[in-house]
Amino acid sequence: MKRRLLLLLPLVGFLVLGGFLYQGLSMNPFDRDSALMADPFPSFALTTLEDPSRTVDESLLAGEVTLVNVWGEWCPTCKQEMPQLLDLADRGVRLVGVDYKDTREKGRAFLAEFGNPFEVNVFDPDGDLGFELGVYGAPETFLVDPEGVIRYHHTGYIKPEDVTQVILPEVEKWRD
Amino acid sequence: MARLTRCLLALLVLMPLLAQAGGIEVRRFEDPVLEQRYDSLTATLRCPKCQNQAIGDSDSPIAGDMRDRVYRQLQDGRSDKEILDFMVRRFGDYVLYNPRLEGRTLLLWGLPAALVLVGALLVALVVRARRRASARRLTAEERARLDALIKPERTE
Repeated sequence: MKRRLLLLLPLVGFLVLGGFLYQGLSMNPFDRDSALMADPFPSFALTTLEDPSRTVDESLLAGEVTLVNVWGEWCPTCKQEMPQLLDLADRGVRLVGVDYKDTREKGRAFLAEFGNPFEVNVFDPDGDLGFELGVYGAPETFLVDPEGVIRYHHTGYIKPEDVTQVILPEVEKWRD
Repeated sequence: MARLTRCLLALLVLMPLLAQAGGIEVRRFEDPVLEQRYDSLTATLRCPKCQNQAIGDSDSPIAGDMRDRVYRQLQDGRSDKEILDFMVRRFGDYVLYNPRLEGRTLLLWGLPAALVLVGALLVALVVRARRRASARRLTAEERARLDALIKPERTE
């Protein structure tokens, strides 16, 4: 009897493997944590989209929970995401934009057309800050705590239901 | 018809030029060793955007940015490990086609070796059991039955 049960071993192995593979089918390969999680926001020195003579750095993010949204005029999903960002700004969340691989004219035209939820926009025409952040597409959103540490990362589009279900709870969590 | 063929032929001849114009840039190296390191690094770094392509094969913008950094850091005399560390710090372990051997990846690297060992052990046990069974002496009863089975044939 014992020997008979041993014959089932390959079947068990197959089922375990099958279970893993089945789970893989419904996994989104873009749902992976940022490598910078729990790291300080990378240092940078860039001008703002609004004012080419004003240079800002990472100290911009200190003192308050801030959502840093990486966007670009060339990015269609960013347009769809704007209503959600405006909603978040209305609910009192501080937002800072990173205009990624864009030109000043196009970036400004984008904000004029779709609204501007950002306190300020960091202008990153060469994508250098984006690279330091490990951004590989837009939009991407980082939550930075009052100490300037990255606490949450959202790859891709923030859906309307994400505003109250995901983003706001995360913001609350890191407000002292 | 002949005109169409000629047009298509011309297009065919121009195709390689098109391939060079779009996509992946050609980089020149003074030092063949650096060039070889560049080729192997861009082949082992995985493009974070395109999932199943190395950055050396991908024309996605982020792959281009990464090749750019690899090139510049090679020129600056950085080691392969420093360059890989630089990428992993920003994009995570995901960009390594060859995962590192460390605590978290022990199962990944260890499981195949463990399975081979278990298999070898099983084969050894089975072989030993069979060998013992065949070497066993027959009991008197078995011997008598065997003789009975064989004898009629012999007498024929």
